[in-house]
Amino acid sequence: MIQIVIMVAQRFALGLLTLFAVSLIIFLGVELLPGDIAQALLGQGATEETVAAFRRELGLNLPPHERYIDWLGGILQGDLGKSLANKREIAELIGVRLENTLFLAFIAAIISIPLALGLGILAALYRNTLYDRAVNVFTLSSISFPEFFVAYILILVMAVHLGWFPSISNIGQELGLWERVYRTVLPALTLTLVVVAHMMRMTRAAIINLLASPYIEMATLKGLSRGRIIVKHALPNALAPIINVVVINLAYLVVGVVIVEVVFVYPGLGQLLIDAVRARDLPVVQATGLLFAAAYILLNLTADVLSIMTNPRLLHPR
Amino acid sequence: MRETLKHLRKSPWSARFGLLVVGFYVFVAIFGPLLTPYGESEIVGFEYEPWGAEFLLGTDNLGRDMLTRLIYGARNTIGIAFLTTLLAFLIGCVAGFLAAVVGGWTEQGISRVNDILMAIPQLIFALLILTIAGTSIPVLVVVIAVLDSTRVYRLARAVAMNIVVMDYVEVARLRGEGLWWIMRSEVLPNALPPLVAEFGLRFCFVFLLLSALSFLGLGIQPPTADWGSMVRDNATLITFGDFTPILPAASIALLTIGVNFIVDWLLHKSSGLKDG
Repeated sequence: MIQIVIMVAQRFALGLLTLFAVSLIIFLGVELLPGDIAQALLGQGATEETVAAFRRELGLNLPPHERYIDWLGGILQGDLGKSLANKREIAELIGVRLENTLFLAFIAAIISIPLALGLGILAALYRNTLYDRAVNVFTLSSISFPEFFVAYILILVMAVHLGWFPSISNIGQELGLWERVYRTVLPALTLTLVVVAHMMRMTRAAIINLLASPYIEMATLKGLSRGRIIVKHALPNALAPIINVVVINLAYLVVGVVIVEVVFVYPGLGQLLIDAVRARDLPVVQATGLLFAAAYILLNLTADVLSIMTNPRLLHPR
Repeated sequence: MRETLKHLRKSPWSARFGLLVVGFYVFVAIFGPLLTPYGESEIVGFEYEPWGAEFLLGTDNLGRDMLTRLIYGARNTIGIAFLTTLLAFLIGCVAGFLAAVVGGWTEQGISRVNDILMAIPQLIFALLILTIAGTSIPVLVVVIAVLDSTRVYRLARAVAMNIVVMDYVEVARLRGEGLWWIMRSEVLPNALPPLVAEFGLRFCFVFLLLSALSFLGLGIQPPTADWGSMVRDNATLITFGDFTPILPAASIALLTIGVNFIVDWLLHKSSGLKDG
């Protein structure tokens, strides 16, 4: 048991260290590039005085380490700074949008995880049949699709031709839960199609890996049905790699959300990030970028920790 | 040559399909200007004209011929993605081989920096740098290449680690060969097969990332024809039930599927594994 605690603690320390390094890169990336960032943001036409004033506003007259400590200290206390474009508090801009993005990712997760596990188990059950091969081709193809391709196909079929769902997901706080879910279906479905393939393939591989082991053979010889063997005997032992790949795909969801939000004009964090990049609104890009990176790192950390904690060899040491 | 043909004859249908697709794209990319009467950004008609004899796939949001833009898009998008992947492999392989051959602190240093760079999602990182540096093709190529080289580095180092312990590398060292010579003449030829398969995969990722950025309006800038931005520019047509704006996205999807099929076959062959 103590071994697990040590390993988990190590991973946590490493994760925190990474997060710290990432915040350093996100903030100080500006320093690494040649030229003056204030000049670059204002363009060639800016006068000396405007550039100097802008530099003061960005805090560029202070040395980098002071600015960094200031910025990080502010973030830890919930103060994300001000947007350059509209002078509003970034925390205020992010608030509702963060909630919307999490809502979308959550809906995508509750559709995609059971679907992927179910299809993966079926593929393992009917291995080397036509169904299995069809699944294989389908997964290889869907990994190759750009997100916006899937999104527009769904819009064309489900929104324009069939008219089942709206093609634009403008959700707001005032809508009821079901209305919000209804309007989120298409973006969530897009994300589902993008992540399901990988999870399904790994589920299938994890189960098939186990099917060659002696205890499964024993179960077969006892005369159990294939379905029972896979669900009752193989699945529990395949859980660790499956959990791992599920969480990694959740991390991918958080990033994949950016493009899907733009296609469906969904008022989430990704949209905010893209708008900020277009306007070259550096503080907003830094704050949202840090949020995305933090979510990504934390989920990957969770995957690490879960795969340690569900490892039978570590749980029951001899 | 005969060996290659023999392998090809035994290849599964998916790999043949992949080769056919890639061959077709390369052909279009090279001979693009000969295949169409119009110029890349020449305005030839009204906006959003339907499919017809004069404009086979209609015209886009500014009245440029859609098919022409698609053909030139093959050139620009594939060309830039290919260049970026090459650069990523150059950086990744040199760093990876260096880490494996020199070892010690050099390896630790490069590997830890690499771990941290890999912990940041690529798209987010690219967006951050594009905000600071602005969007131009050289910036785009360098940024994506550096981000992608982290993945190449991992593989190159792992493969090279198995090679540097071989006797022939030891002999070369004792003979007093230089670092660069060992990397180029001993490690590289032996590391090539897995790297070639990886090249296909990385190309797909670079290609998709580049298209995603262009789609967001932050990649290849107009008036250069590019598949990602073509989807974005003509997206309004979709709400009228028109399939045309999806064609560039479908072109992207088809090429990545083709490359993936080939890579799948190569991996299958080199690993000698029978799936199942």
